[in-house]
Amino acid sequence: MNNDTLIIGGHEFHSRFILGSGKYSLKLIKAAVEDAGAELITLAVRRANTREQENILDYIPEGVTLLPNTSGARTAEEAVRIARLARELGCGDFVKIEIMRDSKYLLPDNQETIKATEILAREGFVVMPYMYPDLNVARDLVNAGAATIMPLASPIGSNKGLATREFIQILVDEINLPIIVDAGIGRPSQACEAMEMGVAAVMANTALATAGDLPLMAAAFRQAIEAGRKAYLSGLGRVLSRGASASDPLTGFLRD
Amino acid sequence: MVKINGEQLNIAGKTLAEYLADTAYNPRRIAVERNGEIVPKARYGETVLQDGDSIEVVNFVGGG
Repeated sequence: MNNDTLIIGGHEFHSRFILGSGKYSLKLIKAAVEDAGAELITLAVRRANTREQENILDYIPEGVTLLPNTSGARTAEEAVRIARLARELGCGDFVKIEIMRDSKYLLPDNQETIKATEILAREGFVVMPYMYPDLNVARDLVNAGAATIMPLASPIGSNKGLATREFIQILVDEINLPIIVDAGIGRPSQACEAMEMGVAAVMANTALATAGDLPLMAAAFRQAIEAGRKAYLSGLGRVLSRGASASDPLTGFLRD
Repeated sequence: MVKINGEQLNIAGKTLAEYLADTAYNPRRIAVERNGEIVPKARYGETVLQDGDSIEVVNFVGGG
């Protein structure tokens, strides 16, 4: 298991938990890094103001890779602008593309996401597109130069789990890039199930940020993700379509 | 007038470096876009703000 690393854009990660920092606090980041083992944390780019002197970067320990997102973008063009600004902020080449036209359900715009992926991959970014799970779109994203594919499990912030399970499984089976489940994972059991399906990593924010005991939930996610990964690597036991199969020997005892 | 993060300011003629030095922005934590194009940090000193410019000063915040 020690050699089981996740490679994204030439970077090697040992953790398969990614923290979204939307509902961030020092406590959340500390729990995510120390208790959940996060090595990748997402950030957003917004207008700076001169009143707040504290910055989220002050809270993130050395050695954690930053994953700026393009949230706020409604078109590919806006996402590209945000990604370039993020790179200018000097924290590497990773970018998570997030393009939403719909502010009620916050669903990603797959077509604009393909366009932005193509432009940014050409500019040398490690592009991690957030998308609605669709095999044709995922193939277009691969061709556009994506480093991973990040399908949603259920609506952002809902904690509803793997509503798109069947379609994520198709991506895992057909796409030769790490599939990272993003959005909607609310419980460790759901993260574990995603990992058992062969997903490469799980991203969460609300699940931790709205939990009762944050460090305890972070530790639970870590264990669930590790358990699911081990189960996937081991190969799950088979399921009978009907009937039963004895697990004990059926040789005689007590009667002939 | 120069628009900075949506606010009209009477600072045309100053360089970007001069304007930023007068503010409380943390210079290590920001990136600047002028009329949709990024201004590299090394060019702040030679970038003279023109009447009608639109400037965005951004930084990282928490986000999923």
